[in-house]
Amino acid sequence: MKIILPIILVVGTAGLMVLALVSGGNARGTVGIAGGSAMFTPKSTTPQAALHNLLVDVQRRHWDRAYDALSRTSKADKEDFVQDWTGSNGSLRSFSALEGFDPRPLHITDDQADMRVALHWSTPVGPIEDVRDIHLVREGDIWRAVWPKYKVPTVPAEVVPVTYLRWDLVTGTADDQWGSKNVDAPRVRIISMNAVNTAEGAIVMGEVVNEDTIPAFVNVNATLVDGTGNTIDDETSFDKIDHVLLPKQVTPYRIDFPNIDLNKVKNVRMDVKAALVPASADPVIGVMDQKLDTDAQGKTVLQGELLNESGQTVNIPHVIVSFYDNSGKVVWVSDGYVDRALLPQSSEPFAVEIPRSVSDKVHNFHVVVNQYSLARS
Amino acid sequence: MSRWIPICAVLCLLGISPAQEIHAPQGVTAGEEASISTTGSGKAIFYLFGSGVSEKRDVNLGEEVRLPGSDLQSAGQYFAVLCSGDCNSVSFFVSPATPSILTFLVHPSRVPVAENDAVSGVAIPFDRYRNLVLAPEEVSFRLSAGKVSVLSRSVLAKDGIAWFRATSGKSAGPLQVTASLNDLETLRAVQQVASEPCNLRITGESNARGILVQTEPVHDCAGNPVPDGTIVTFTATAGGEKSTVDAPIKQDIARAQIAASGSAVISAASGVVMGNELHLGAH
Repeated sequence: MKIILPIILVVGTAGLMVLALVSGGNARGTVGIAGGSAMFTPKSTTPQAALHNLLVDVQRRHWDRAYDALSRTSKADKEDFVQDWTGSNGSLRSFSALEGFDPRPLHITDDQADMRVALHWSTPVGPIEDVRDIHLVREGDIWRAVWPKYKVPTVPAEVVPVTYLRWDLVTGTADDQWGSKNVDAPRVRIISMNAVNTAEGAIVMGEVVNEDTIPAFVNVNATLVDGTGNTIDDETSFDKIDHVLLPKQVTPYRIDFPNIDLNKVKNVRMDVKAALVPASADPVIGVMDQKLDTDAQGKTVLQGELLNESGQTVNIPHVIVSFYDNSGKVVWVSDGYVDRALLPQSSEPFAVEIPRSVSDKVHNFHVVVNQYSLARS
Repeated sequence: MSRWIPICAVLCLLGISPAQEIHAPQGVTAGEEASISTTGSGKAIFYLFGSGVSEKRDVNLGEEVRLPGSDLQSAGQYFAVLCSGDCNSVSFFVSPATPSILTFLVHPSRVPVAENDAVSGVAIPFDRYRNLVLAPEEVSFRLSAGKVSVLSRSVLAKDGIAWFRATSGKSAGPLQVTASLNDLETLRAVQQVASEPCNLRITGESNARGILVQTEPVHDCAGNPVPDGTIVTFTATAGGEKSTVDAPIKQDIARAQIAASGSAVISAASGVVMGNELHLGAH
């Protein structure tokens, strides 16, 4: 009996170790923890296996092995390939981790294959899904991905003159009397509001304008009230708004109430809060070539390009769009983060999705670009 | 103050026929010393109740009870009670001292130019002990934009409050608002700002990057420059695609680079004001 128990423990431990080694490749491993199938990677004898192996290596940041698994016809060098996955310049991608992926074949022949993969990223602003088409070729008995050259944005050395514009708040210093420090809060107004029911819950959306001559930090709250006057829920616009509004600037806002049926709501109380805030008028980001289109998955999207017209890097651009029907009513508000940094005088594509239920009603749209810059935080 | 009245009433009811008398002081001013005269002889207990003060002390009847200024800093009604077997009481009022603080509330802190009755101010005089001065003091209000006087008016305070309402000046910039009473003076600033833009006009030219479009200097209808930072939205429509740039006005001009290829129709808007349309062809 004294010998049997240690033997059982040793055999069980060894069995578990072997099981752990051979059962790697879980695409949805814990974020930030590399899994342990370093020794036994299945041979890439099919396009599916090749793509799976590549993405597992990318997920575990085994860049040497991932790059070695690419086809020799790939145009990307190793640095480009790594930067394609890890991002640069403090972009959202550089703070993200590949949490999982769902590949599916589009077209496969004996020696060529096209695969579409949905990449699930874990980011500081929440989960983001990215869809990518990957071409694979058979080289001998091994399938390999052909990686296109990632166009790393380059910026020529130049001097961009900037007329700095900022607002300072002077507080009265003489005494603490009444009225000695009374600078009015910025005057902002909700110019439209629409509440809709969706499968996920109720959504309150609309637009806010800064009618004042100074910048405002804006937040919109909505309270849902039932027929008896009791509060059902209370939410804020959180990140679905451009919080800092310059004079005469308009921003969409959207407030989500998950799992709440709008039919039970009798009244919606809106409350917009504005505060004086130091602000800068830069950078200016243009939104070019906006058009409604259908993406690779058949979804209706508004796409275009963001053009950074200033001389500073915008690390994380955030696009917020209000969509109007033909009477000018806001029927939907969408937002999306761009995972590449916006370098000075350069552009990056963006796309935001429009739900199928409202895509037919959309007649016009208004795009606002919010931005987060590490240099200013 | 009212909570002392029943206490005084009870103390007074305890006395059936007071042998001592107590005489209230006349014309007491906040913070100044006063005295209460008593009659009779022997020892007595003196009580003083008032705003922010309650005091008990032994006194000799027939002598004056001296009240130090520190006991009488709050204006209002006071009760003095004298008990020597029986109790007797009097009440007296303490008036505010001369104004030494002029509180001045001005609204709003920003106002569009030439707007009727847009600027209002309320001046409230207090003495050095923060008592509201109810006497009808004459308060002078002066509004000036730079060296130009916009308004000068004297108002007699009623129940401790003097106020004015005025039309904002015609030019943008700081409006100095002063309230003065005797040698007291309180200064506030109101920022006069331009109204909505008037005649928003844009010009543009094609360059290597597309189209550079800019406004002419943006003014309101009175000729005041619209504040820098005000957003002008440029919209270019070309080949079914739309490009927009929210550009802030800097040094009276808003400017944007639009990456358009081919011909484009460009318009501009700021708030509710629309500008002209441009038809341009890019390189």
